[in-house]
Amino acid sequence: MAATTSVTKKATTPATKATTKAATKAAETKAEASVTPAVRTSVTMAQALNAALRDALRDDPSVLVFGEDVGKLGGVFRITDGLAAEFGDDRCFDTPLAEAGIVGTAIGMAMYGMRPVVEMQFDAFAYPAFEQVTSHLAKLRNRTRGRLGLPVVIRVPYGGGIGGVEHHSDSSEAYYTHTPGLKVVTPGTPADAYSLLRDAIADPDPVIFMEPKRRYWTKGDLDLPVRTEPMDRAVVRRPGTDVTLIAYGAMVATALETADAAREEGWDVEVVDLRSLVPFDDETVTASVRRTGRAVVVHEASTFGGYGAEVAARVTEQCFHFLEAPVLRVGGFDIPYPPPKLEEHHLPSVDRILDAVARLQWEEAGA
Amino acid sequence: MSPGELLPGSAPIQLVDQDGRRVADPAYGCPDTGVLLDLYRSMVAGRRFDRQATALTRQGRLAVYPSSSGQEACQVAAVRAMGELDWLFPTYRESVALVTRGIDPVEVLTLLRGDWHCGYDPHAYRAAPQCTPLATNTVHAVGLADAARRKGDQVAVLVFIGDGATSEGDAHEAFNFAAVFAAPVVFVVQNNQWAISVPLSKQSKAPTLAHKAVGYGMRGHHVDGNDAAAVYAVVRQALDDARAGGGPALVECLTYRMDAHTNADDAGRYRDEAEVELWRQRDPVERLERLLLAEGALDEAAREAVAAEAEESAAALRARMNAEPELTPGDLFEHVYAKPTAHLHRQAELLAHELSEEA
Ligand SMILES: Cc1ncc(C[n+]2csc(CCOP(=O)(O)OP(=O)(O)O)c2C)c(N)n1
Repeated sequence: MAATTSVTKKATTPATKATTKAATKAAETKAEASVTPAVRTSVTMAQALNAALRDALRDDPSVLVFGEDVGKLGGVFRITDGLAAEFGDDRCFDTPLAEAGIVGTAIGMAMYGMRPVVEMQFDAFAYPAFEQVTSHLAKLRNRTRGRLGLPVVIRVPYGGGIGGVEHHSDSSEAYYTHTPGLKVVTPGTPADAYSLLRDAIADPDPVIFMEPKRRYWTKGDLDLPVRTEPMDRAVVRRPGTDVTLIAYGAMVATALETADAAREEGWDVEVVDLRSLVPFDDETVTASVRRTGRAVVVHEASTFGGYGAEVAARVTEQCFHFLEAPVLRVGGFDIPYPPPKLEEHHLPSVDRILDAVARLQWEEAGA
Repeated sequence: MSPGELLPGSAPIQLVDQDGRRVADPAYGCPDTGVLLDLYRSMVAGRRFDRQATALTRQGRLAVYPSSSGQEACQVAAVRAMGELDWLFPTYRESVALVTRGIDPVEVLTLLRGDWHCGYDPHAYRAAPQCTPLATNTVHAVGLADAARRKGDQVAVLVFIGDGATSEGDAHEAFNFAAVFAAPVVFVVQNNQWAISVPLSKQSKAPTLAHKAVGYGMRGHHVDGNDAAAVYAVVRQALDDARAGGGPALVECLTYRMDAHTNADDAGRYRDEAEVELWRQRDPVERLERLLLAEGALDEAAREAVAAEAEESAAALRARMNAEPELTPGDLFEHVYAKPTAHLHRQAELLAHELSEEA
């Protein structure tokens, strides 16, 4: 597949390629400089999340952390490691096994002035809480004309790629993004993991904080505490001139890899990391696609009715006269999440994304 | 606590019988006459309010109204048993409870009139918005109670649900969380014996709903829900215990839904008029009235004064409800988030544009 791609590609590369190459180099250096500041320790996303919770607990006595196994154990992914020991059982505690109970009690606590940060053990195990999320968490501010705001954060480890058996790899973001009243955020880097989680906890509205679990152990060089762009902004992770890859969560790294591979084939790929799925940063995305004229949206979740459909529609509405090709989506197939030995075929890969890039009507553009 | 201490008694707790005579109870004393008079006044007012709301629905002023006729003792006495700082978590059926809590009846009816989802300020009255998804309010109540407990505040929470709602998963989760956290919350189950058309016998095989509490390690009380004195005494004690760190309790109040589920329901399709008639004999307002008259706490003139006062409130409510409320469509976008997003701002502009075109 990749071989075919490279052939198609060379033949159709716009004439400006040589010049863009140099520009890309310069831009890349700049991008690196903005992502990774001057001092560095190596920090995993899991450690960054843990630090964000610790700092939030320390800075604000109304912050409470609770969920299943988050106390002594520190969570099955160790994101709450050490918090119960440091802040005591009153601030970080285990609950009975009941997700609606966890979210429902968080709602009541927030009504009384607390800032609960609750953990769902896995994406698919957040479904029992869905009624509490959609009927109450998302709506109480609106139902009461702003009198009851709910500063609740629900942390959801989501997505595949970790070899999990069924019910451990869902990409459930679209259920939440389709629910007005919720903010939905997902970090793609350790620095964002820290900064976005701090922002989410400080936010006056409920935030579904989707953690790309396969990137928990990805390292970044950063100094904690680190603050990145505000929570509601998308960022250009890698500037490019030919096509915009729009990604979030675990797919940001895959998109960046794709951009590297595409460079060998002559495409200069821009990568936008959405970070915030709701609200959606139209400005950053639109500016990028107007510049490049081509866009591919990438996510792990099933494609049909997925979040990428919204992105593609918005980009089309706002960039129609700038587009050289239809906006494409690369997502998981429209199947129940596959068993671990087959998941690699389901998850968007560099090759599959490159294939999509190759389909962006370069021939017509070159003609 | 041993299971025996958690179990409800063999018969519903009763402090005043159907004929309006006091009944001695080993655990609970009858509230004093001042309290009973207050309960009576509030129940008369509540019933009149309920009738008025039903009438307003017939006139098309309310979108829907779930009457609580027959359940006045539960709603009024439970709310009267609450402390000033306690929180109330009502359902759609608790309009009378909310009016009893002191909330402006027009604000209470905002939901059912269809102006907005909640008309009152929950913080001002320490009353959550009325909850329609069954039993989902129980976990909120537990959360708020537990937050108060963690802060060391002397606050208890009272949450209402119906008999049908005890079958929902959220009720189970709430009972369990409350017991495990020792949250200061009292679950008042108004067993009006029907969940729309489904009788309690198809809902649960528990000996009583109060027995369910035992499985969670929580006290269960079975109370005559048409005896305002008993409801008041038991709920008050349960709230006091909860506030003092004694943990949660479940109070089942046995009562009856005299009207259909809502104005839109036809109860004749599923239940016998004879059953309704039987419960008409057990009317909670008349029971208390009989006691107060018999004991000389109420005379004919005072009875008429109470009725007149309720009538006056109903007339005032009628007048205010007949005025068309001014609604601002732009408000729809105001409180989705603390700050409207750019996206919502554009949609608000679109609607404003449509409205200006219409004008
Ligand atoms: C989760 C949920 N399922 C179904 C309904 C529809 N519904 C509204 S009231 C009701 C019956 C509830 O009966 P019960 O709990 O006994 O309370 P009552 O109405 O008798 O006061 C039903 C099924 C609902 N509101 N919420």
